[in-house]
Amino acid sequence: MTTNDNHGLRLIVRYLVLILIALMFCFPLVFMIISSFKPDQQLLLDSGNIRAFLPVGDLSFDNYSEAFARAPIALFIFNSVFVTAITVTLSLLLCSTAGFAFTFMEWRGRKLALSIILATLIVPFQAIAIPLLLLASKLPWIGMDGLTWGWLNSYHVQIIPFIADGLTIYLFAQYFKDLPGELIEAARVEGASWWQIYRKVVMPLSGPVLATAAILKFLAMYNQYLWPLMVVQEEGYRPVMVGLQYFFQLNIAWGEVMAYLSLITVPVLAFYLYLQKAFIASIASTGVKG
Amino acid sequence: MARITLKGLKKSYGNAHVIKGVDIDIEDGEFCVFVGPSGCGKSTLLRMIAGLEDISGGDLNIGDLRVNDLPPKDRGVAMVFQSYAIFPHMTVRENVAFGLTVSGASKQEKEAKVAEAARILQMEHLLDRRPSQLSGGQRQRVAIGRAIVRKPRVFLFDEPLSNLDAALRMDMRMEIGKLHQQLGATMIYVTHDQVEAMTLADKIVVLKDGLVQQIGAPMDLYHNPSNLFVAGFLGAPSMNFITVQVTAIDGDKVLVSGPGLNDVAVSGKRGPFTVGQTAILGLRPQYLGVNDDTGLGKLHGKVALSERLGAETVIEVTQASGLPVIATLSRDVVFDVGSDVNLSFDPDHAHLFQPDESFTKNAH
Repeated sequence: MTTNDNHGLRLIVRYLVLILIALMFCFPLVFMIISSFKPDQQLLLDSGNIRAFLPVGDLSFDNYSEAFARAPIALFIFNSVFVTAITVTLSLLLCSTAGFAFTFMEWRGRKLALSIILATLIVPFQAIAIPLLLLASKLPWIGMDGLTWGWLNSYHVQIIPFIADGLTIYLFAQYFKDLPGELIEAARVEGASWWQIYRKVVMPLSGPVLATAAILKFLAMYNQYLWPLMVVQEEGYRPVMVGLQYFFQLNIAWGEVMAYLSLITVPVLAFYLYLQKAFIASIASTGVKG
Repeated sequence: MARITLKGLKKSYGNAHVIKGVDIDIEDGEFCVFVGPSGCGKSTLLRMIAGLEDISGGDLNIGDLRVNDLPPKDRGVAMVFQSYAIFPHMTVRENVAFGLTVSGASKQEKEAKVAEAARILQMEHLLDRRPSQLSGGQRQRVAIGRAIVRKPRVFLFDEPLSNLDAALRMDMRMEIGKLHQQLGATMIYVTHDQVEAMTLADKIVVLKDGLVQQIGAPMDLYHNPSNLFVAGFLGAPSMNFITVQVTAIDGDKVLVSGPGLNDVAVSGKRGPFTVGQTAILGLRPQYLGVNDDTGLGKLHGKVALSERLGAETVIEVTQASGLPVIATLSRDVVFDVGSDVNLSFDPDHAHLFQPDESFTKNAH
């Protein structure tokens, strides 16, 4: 065989492997969407063979209409998108300013503080969930009804505890460390304040890390289950993942489950596709893996 | 514009003392160049003046004001960095106007000042471009534009030409020289390139290991280096150093001799020297004559290498002791490698130094 043939063969094998991996990642998604159009009986019948991934048989939107009838899906999606959007926005602002202070500003105890923040990464949320619940149930809040005690059954109980987190601060600090230090120094000599440097120099150059942090935070928030289950009992504040419970009562309707899951996946896919380019650029340029 | 005074300035990182007590006076409107090898502390010193490094000891005055503890923005300085440090997400116009923008200048003021800076630096046509669309020289122009637009009291340049190719470096060097004449501002310029130092400076400060070795006008330093380091650092090719013995002293003249060198009386102004001691004789390659008998000092050897550069010829001559001496002739001459040559020099152009432990290994 010639070198060209070898090269061609290697390329074919490489592509085959890549296609196979891509298919493996796509299968669950395809299965979910296809199944959402099938009646339960056919869905269970097809699940043991290749038909599970093919749009064949008796396809309809019945599962979707029944899912809407069973649960206030629009409300759940709104709640999740609202809580997620506010948390992501505030988190990007707070964590980027924290990362900025850790990277560019000299202050006593800086390294120790960063170490402590990084150490929080190894503490699982489940370990602090109960103390956090106790805390949240006793904290004061000033809202429409004046001063109230206890944060349970609200949007802010789902938002505030997740605005700052070690991973996002670390992501920003790492990215900022790789920005050319002379840009910051030039801005300082030119008379810019720290806030002006953050806003006019650092943030405009931080598109990739903003996208990465936004997507990671979005996924983490949108997939919240344990915490809202603990702190939200009223339907009006319930997010999508907790809403899944509505479909696992007596007589589980798998078609409806699939329709519900397909519906709540749409915002995630839309958000990812919107930021995809910057997200991939960030992974490529910083080596930060999502 | 302002006078700058450094008095006993020190900088330490823990136990590492980088700047060990530096005293320098820079007059209003003067072009002062800090020069020295890598790690000598010249950039650190500049950054201390800019306010980008804390000062561990001593006083730094700009004008009448002690600025040790002032942040960079309150010192009235502008700085041009080696890497240009222009903001990649802004246009040239926005880059040049950056200092004015953050200080809250009006749109009209910004436009007028940017236009003036662009005119001075001949970059009007570049104003709407982004840095990625500029060449290295153009980027450096933008960095200088950003510096001049605020009319600072002091300009600081940190090896601004190091990233440019040789031809562009010469052009930009001349432009910076002209800019200084045009603006008449106090400028401090850091470089390791002695040609930049010699051509641009009103005053050169030679630094080594965080200490000032000599301060003076370029020609002062070239013709009257105060020690072996300055003598060896300034001038290309470097000064030849020959180890000699002091054989007699007559007033301020010292008679020295060495292998391959006849007895010659040279100035002993860097003394005191004593009879019998070892000293270092410094001879600039440009002051060595080849095969002419006019000079009183004489060296003998064989041509080991000849480099013809057109306007001048550089030869390396190996003495009987095996040690080389470089001579530069200001004309095109053909030498056969291996041929005998006599080198001669005028003792008035020879320098006699005390031996310095750190330099004896480089001296021949």
